[in-house]
Amino acid sequence: MEEKQNFQTSLDFSQNIFKPSTREEIVEVVKNCYKKGIPLEISGLQSKNKIGRNFQAEKTLDLSNYKGIIDYKPEELYIKVKAGTPIIEIEEVLEKNNQQLAFEPNDFGFLFSGESNSGSIGGVVACNFAGSRRFKVGSVRDHLLGFQGVNGKGETIKSGGTVVKNVTGYDLCKILSGSFGTLTVLTEISIKVLPKPETSKTLIIKNPHVKKALDYLGQSLSSSTDPSGGVFYPDYFGKNFILNDLTHDGGLTGIRIEGPMNSVDQRIDRLSKELALIDNEFSVLDSVQTKIFWNKTKNLEVFKNSKSNLIRIVVPISETLQVIQKLKKDDLNYFIDWGGSLIWMAYDHLNSKILSEIKEITKNHQGYYTLIKIEDDFKASADIFTIDPIKYKISEKIKKSFDPKRIFNPGKMYTGI
Amino acid sequence: MSSLQMPKVDSSILSKKDKIVSDIGKIINPKNVLSHPDELRPFETDGLTAYRQMPLVVVMPETVEEVSNVLRYCNDNKVKVVPRGAGTGLSGGSLPLEDCVLMAMGKFNKILEIDYDNRCVVTQPCVTNLAITHAVQDKGFYYAPDPSSQIACSIGGNVAENSGGVHSLKYGATTNNLLGIEVVLMDGTITKFGGKAMDSEGYDFLGLMTGSEGLLGVITEVTVKILKSPEIVKAALIGFPTIEDAGNCVAEIIAEGCIPAGMEIMDKALTKATNDYSKAGYPTDAEAMMIVEFDGTEHEVEAYINKAKQIAEKNNSSSLKVSKSNEERLKFWAGRKAAFPACGVLAPDYMCMDGSIPRGKLAEVLREITRLSKKYDLPVANAFHAGDGNLHPLIMFDANDKESLKKCEEFGADILKYCVKVGGALTGEHGVGIEKRELMCEAFNDKDIQQQLTIKVALDPNSLLNPGKVYPILRKCAEEGRVHVHGGKTKFPDIPRF
Repeated sequence: MEEKQNFQTSLDFSQNIFKPSTREEIVEVVKNCYKKGIPLEISGLQSKNKIGRNFQAEKTLDLSNYKGIIDYKPEELYIKVKAGTPIIEIEEVLEKNNQQLAFEPNDFGFLFSGESNSGSIGGVVACNFAGSRRFKVGSVRDHLLGFQGVNGKGETIKSGGTVVKNVTGYDLCKILSGSFGTLTVLTEISIKVLPKPETSKTLIIKNPHVKKALDYLGQSLSSSTDPSGGVFYPDYFGKNFILNDLTHDGGLTGIRIEGPMNSVDQRIDRLSKELALIDNEFSVLDSVQTKIFWNKTKNLEVFKNSKSNLIRIVVPISETLQVIQKLKKDDLNYFIDWGGSLIWMAYDHLNSKILSEIKEITKNHQGYYTLIKIEDDFKASADIFTIDPIKYKISEKIKKSFDPKRIFNPGKMYTGI
Repeated sequence: MSSLQMPKVDSSILSKKDKIVSDIGKIINPKNVLSHPDELRPFETDGLTAYRQMPLVVVMPETVEEVSNVLRYCNDNKVKVVPRGAGTGLSGGSLPLEDCVLMAMGKFNKILEIDYDNRCVVTQPCVTNLAITHAVQDKGFYYAPDPSSQIACSIGGNVAENSGGVHSLKYGATTNNLLGIEVVLMDGTITKFGGKAMDSEGYDFLGLMTGSEGLLGVITEVTVKILKSPEIVKAALIGFPTIEDAGNCVAEIIAEGCIPAGMEIMDKALTKATNDYSKAGYPTDAEAMMIVEFDGTEHEVEAYINKAKQIAEKNNSSSLKVSKSNEERLKFWAGRKAAFPACGVLAPDYMCMDGSIPRGKLAEVLREITRLSKKYDLPVANAFHAGDGNLHPLIMFDANDKESLKKCEEFGADILKYCVKVGGALTGEHGVGIEKRELMCEAFNDKDIQQQLTIKVALDPNSLLNPGKVYPILRKCAEEGRVHVHGGKTKFPDIPRF
């Protein structure tokens, strides 16, 4: 009875792109696709849709019209929004209350289209890519308090809530974060927000050597000065930053300190002493320049308009140096974020031999890679995401439990998932 | 024990006890297979002592291979398994079943590696929470989540329950401080989720396992993040004439952009009880007492403490004391940390409830608890992790009086229902276990629960791992009209129930 009623709405199922503005319409699209076994591509604001494997989908569920803020309680530190809400709108609203999304979502627009497109909150959760504050505040998944979504059978499901502490049932927020739309269509998202720091400054150390840079970053992250960002740009990229207080254009290590004004000054001073820096070796960016510097970092602006392939590599910090030494060839450029744990590496040319080397090296060093941007010719055959056989088996089972007919983004992450 | 319904006992398993003991004795050292009632007795309950049940057998594996082999054996022979860490859980998550193999992980008690380069510790699951901090504190590090039972609770249990503590607002719960686990699934598969890197490939199974209350796998190794200890920690002890004033003060502190390391409120009843017990110097005339703690560098902490002072004064604080030394700060906490024994003095037994509420609803929820306390004629004292909205009412009762236990259970259930009603959660950090199982349909509808059960079945098709926990007996939900039943059949008949 219930199903029949739902099919009696005005949806024209002959169209190929659906742009629902209500949850009922989303449910109807999914139920139809489930019934007929039609694969469905889930899309948002097209900022990260190029990330992932090629796959065939007969229909597209475009969530860009399903947007809006449902509930924002600054004093309760959460905002509840519809999944298609642009990140930029959320950030504007939070800004008015001096709050922020502390996980600093990457803006992939510069990389793919040459201009800003930070995408929608649904896309950000689906990809689970966090910016430079990762090592201090966690990833997107650590900020997702609750969701409502539609599973592969068209059933509306929810998990979590709006309170930070909640251990009621399995934590489905985690399994959906980074699932690239393969498990559930997210409809409503409750996300934790945090106060903006009173001020922030950045210690910039002139230094072209990755080994030295990793030493600086390691020491900083283990110090009680509590940094919130740690990045290394080699010589090649140093010139990308034109800032008043940046006194050189070569390789640099940047360490961000945030908090109340006098505390930031005190910690910057202490950190420069702990790292035994001499006067002409470093400079300090004020809060305005700090904002520009870290925005460029989270937005991958050094790769703006680059034609290269881009790989995202995550390894334990202790492994980073060896991984870079093994991977670095003359034709590639990279920078390091997350205080040493995240490597963004560009390759002018990529083929299956090089890729299997990268896979082997990252795996041997307890990490993994994700192909973010890749030349079209190679994309169809390349492993965009890595996985081991046991986890693949478990993933198959989990996929089936949410989406038994494999209608959501089938094959976007792995063949058969 | 009250009339708690548990999964149907499989009499064929009971009758095969000797064979099961002998078979498992061939898989692991037979000395680590316990079957005599005297040996089983210590395992009959966990931190939720109102419920007791002797298991069929207790096994104490020593290696991950043994865990895997025992699980595979049980899976093949359809024997239920209940995993157990230190047994301090407060929701009955490791309460045995009459026909179960209780897998006690106590022999997994070693820290395997301390890795300062990656700022993490790799440990076996039955190492206590506090032992991790003890192992790294000489180098100025610590492990952030600090459940009250941290001296005794195991890190594996913390993962299973996603334990929190008083510092969760700033530092998160277990799930936010975990890098990796090794886990054995019910079919014996050994796998690792996560590792020393900050993220891992594919679906976030680490996140799914965390807080799954031993229903999806047995944890055999844990990698946690460690943090550099803050340079300085200061606390303020503040009294308020009304709960509303205290609640407003919490909201304003957060709205001002200060994130305290910890922020606790106790009501008058608990303030008095703990002060009598521990002589902590609390303002016993205040209707509500708050401890707010900030950590960081000296200037940072000074700035926040001053801000908190101003906000407290604006909200009519009746007394305010800032710790002048670490000793004084610890004295502020001594009373709060003695909340349980202090209540133990007041009544033969107490039940510690655990719900989450929006911070702004504190006054409303406490008024409702007071009303319920009169209705059920049972005294209650309230502790509240105000920073993260986690409320712990301590209901006092007499476990020897069946009527008193029943009243206490109903009182507790009413509180948790009210937490959900105001936008909170059934459990903030203790887990659902058996205690809150039947209340799941307050928070979730049948589709939500079915989705979760489908995941369970995907990983444990015969529902052998820790059955009877977390998920309600759907028949009861159906009776209460919350699960759609048609023609006497629930949906998804393929999903085994107990």
